[in-house]
Amino acid sequence: MTHVVVDPVTRIEGHLRIEAEVDGGSVKDAWSSSTMFRGIELILKGRDPRDAWVFTQRICGVCTTVHAIASIRAVENAVGAVPPPNARLLRNLIIGSQCVQDHVIHFYHLHALDWVDIVSALSADPAKTSALAESISDWPLSSTKYFASVRDRIKGFVERGQLGPFANAYWGHPAYVLPPEANLMAVAHYLEALDWQRDIIKMHAILGGKNPHLQSFLVGGMATPIDPDRQASLNAGTIAELKGLAAKARDFVTKVYIPDLLAIASFYKNWAGFGGGVGNYLVYGEYPEDDAAKPALYLPPGVIRKRDLSKVEAFDPDKITEQVKHSWYEYAGGDDQALHPSKGETRPKYTGPNPPYDRLDTAAKYSWLKSPRYDGEPMEVGPLARMLVAYGSGHARVKELVSAVLKKLGVGPEALFSTLGRVAARGIETQVLAEKMGEWIDQLAANMARRELRIHDNSKWEPSSWPKDCMGAGFHEAPRGALGHWVHIKDGVIANYQCVVPSTWNAGPRDAQGQRGPYEEALLGTPVADPAKPIEILRTVHSFDPCMACGVHVVDASRRKLAEVRAS
Amino acid sequence: MKKSESRFDAELRRRGVSRREFVAFCGVMASTLALPRSLEAKIAAALQKSEKPVLVWLEFQDCAGNTESFLRATKPTAAEVVLDTLSVDYHETIMAAAGHQAEENLAKTVKDRKGEYIVIVEGSIPTGANGAYCTIGGRSALQIAREVCGGAAATIAVGTCAAYGGLPAASPNPTGALGVADAVPGLKNLINLPACPANAENITALVVYYLTFKQFPPLDSYKRPLFAYGKAIHDNCERRAHFDASQYVEAWGDEAHRTGYCLYKMGCKGPVTYQNCPQIRWNGGTNWPIGCGHPCIGCAEPDFWDKMTPFYQHLPNVPGFGRAANIDRVGLWATAGVAAAFATHGVISMIHRSAGPKGGETPPPPVEPVEKVEKGDRP
Repeated sequence: MTHVVVDPVTRIEGHLRIEAEVDGGSVKDAWSSSTMFRGIELILKGRDPRDAWVFTQRICGVCTTVHAIASIRAVENAVGAVPPPNARLLRNLIIGSQCVQDHVIHFYHLHALDWVDIVSALSADPAKTSALAESISDWPLSSTKYFASVRDRIKGFVERGQLGPFANAYWGHPAYVLPPEANLMAVAHYLEALDWQRDIIKMHAILGGKNPHLQSFLVGGMATPIDPDRQASLNAGTIAELKGLAAKARDFVTKVYIPDLLAIASFYKNWAGFGGGVGNYLVYGEYPEDDAAKPALYLPPGVIRKRDLSKVEAFDPDKITEQVKHSWYEYAGGDDQALHPSKGETRPKYTGPNPPYDRLDTAAKYSWLKSPRYDGEPMEVGPLARMLVAYGSGHARVKELVSAVLKKLGVGPEALFSTLGRVAARGIETQVLAEKMGEWIDQLAANMARRELRIHDNSKWEPSSWPKDCMGAGFHEAPRGALGHWVHIKDGVIANYQCVVPSTWNAGPRDAQGQRGPYEEALLGTPVADPAKPIEILRTVHSFDPCMACGVHVVDASRRKLAEVRAS
Repeated sequence: MKKSESRFDAELRRRGVSRREFVAFCGVMASTLALPRSLEAKIAAALQKSEKPVLVWLEFQDCAGNTESFLRATKPTAAEVVLDTLSVDYHETIMAAAGHQAEENLAKTVKDRKGEYIVIVEGSIPTGANGAYCTIGGRSALQIAREVCGGAAATIAVGTCAAYGGLPAASPNPTGALGVADAVPGLKNLINLPACPANAENITALVVYYLTFKQFPPLDSYKRPLFAYGKAIHDNCERRAHFDASQYVEAWGDEAHRTGYCLYKMGCKGPVTYQNCPQIRWNGGTNWPIGCGHPCIGCAEPDFWDKMTPFYQHLPNVPGFGRAANIDRVGLWATAGVAAAFATHGVISMIHRSAGPKGGETPPPPVEPVEKVEKGDRP
């Protein structure tokens, strides 16, 4: 039995540590630990709830929109503000483009190097690479000369002898099986995607002033004015610009990302047999299609248990709880309790080893993440959960794409419950959303044309219009999965705030019943050829797209009153 | 010398960049940095050295927002910086190696390049719980920062968290979070690049400046480079004329909002925030928050999470008010801390420190405009 520690897990957002027992060439047990804590919910207490989104947004700079969206929805739910149709469309566009951009960055810049060997790309034949690229896509950057120039650029980089971020990785590891030409093609697209992400995120600059950390959200709507006859508003010019960027996004996803994903996956089909995990999936649903109190959602909510796609249960927010048995927090009523977030109670209490340390005591508390449970069970959240629930609910486009991908790879639906399934589902979702964005832009333009210019519900802006004591919940599907914020507002200020976050669902530690979290469960059985170079562990963990800064939060501790004095 | 030049030319060729384009790029850099054109040649010479300077990027109590911002850089792009300009030997978000191999890379740089490498720090450093609020490879952020920043030629604290503690340090600062300057006192060549996140173009401009002149640009009293933080947003704002004419947005989506009037009454912190957002804007010059209809939140200023909140409450009277100083609802930011913060900037003299107008009915007494402080001279 070899004890393997991966810390830092790199190519993620935040600070994640994996400890695993490896025996006979595969993982026998695993522990996932988040090693960073800030206490943002604690900082929120006593503040103006209209400011909360700015604070929670900073939980994460990678998924830079998600905690802002969940926050404004929670506060709107509490105070009864109803954002107008334009605000819904602007938010859908922001959420959708975030998801598309983030998934592409994950595939190329955070995950690809687990499958793609850059060193092998150096020995690729540019002519053969061109033939490969042209056989799978009509993307124009595919000539022999182009791939020769990419190879030479990498060669020049290597020859200078300073490998920088690519130094000391697992190059040449037997787990890399792509031919040199596929590696070179992927490296070329790694570089192209760096430019692409920078360009298409201009959608966020248009709709949010800047990215990262867009600055146009408001409780009750959006701050981006709409007026076809004003230069300082979204108008015909910006609609055209948005359309151009959406087309550019769709083009790259359809012609580069998806073909690459299928090409690479076809060499790694054995990874459909690893990394399945808990087999329970939770989705809150996203992309409201109308302005009803309970709107239809383009990607539906639902719960799947034990991999049974034939039964999609309705999502019930009351079944969410959090536990702290193995987390560095304590509960007043004892650490075996499971508390609903609206009654969430958390006191940070570090009981781990003093740094520097070599090992965590995994029999005791070992993470800054709590253990969220749905109806007492661990749940995987994220693109795979969303695609499975949509598939099981009969979503036409998702069904079509899932079937096409399975057919192309020559595998059955059971292949979805795996490391590879997670990678494929993320690609399918990106395609679905890239196609959808144009529709929302058209609806925005149609509203403009009929002079429907409202962007905000002014009736609930002033705290005097709110109930003295109110609670609200805001749900959102972030790129990494189901996200919920719960807020309690008393006398116009935040009395309590709680976030239950995708990476907490996925990366959380064991619960009081000893049930592993999704990362921990997914790692069981993962092959490890060389415990000193555990690239296979990275493959499965990265397939979840970890975002650790998101995962760690704390609520309900006393906080000294802020010093500012308010007018009347 | 000749050899390295031709090697550089070969590299330019490989990258599909002509020498003319390269020289043009150096000109753009010179103008971002507000340097005389005569220094373009010096920038070019510094950038084409064959040995790439080593950069180490540390992330502590962060959100990776500054890393993401850096990935949005356009002049030069992140790919150009990472592949061609610098050797980024450690950056957890982008590096291929993980675990022990990643730690080895950092240890090697710190040992072999002592006194030569540049370190960028993103995120605050917690001092509570013996450092257990942020550990990497089992070591605390503080232990890592002391070692890595202590051996660096220069330290750049990027983003407001690394510069001043930022969000984790907001009241009540549950983890004892500090900025780099406070957590590791006495560092030589420390420079702060605050904002939430720092603008990518300022990050790359600073790096280019340093590579060119082997020194940091002139700093203000908060250790911020004047080229980016020398002027108040208010003074360069495209909506300034509306402020002077007392044309204000009164409600989200009203005609004034759609027309692009001043956001002062909606809580804009532009008058007390020093940043070059209005000039360089964001995401390749596409837009910026005020351009998008939302007030500035003051994110480049120390303690803005406590001193600039509530965000939608407007500042007390700002000098330069136009004809109608009769603001109907005066924000009472009358705590000593806030007053001190404004006074520090030399923008506002807070006459009424604790007792403001009651019920928002009485116009505040006029404030004394304080003479604008010259560059580098801020108290």
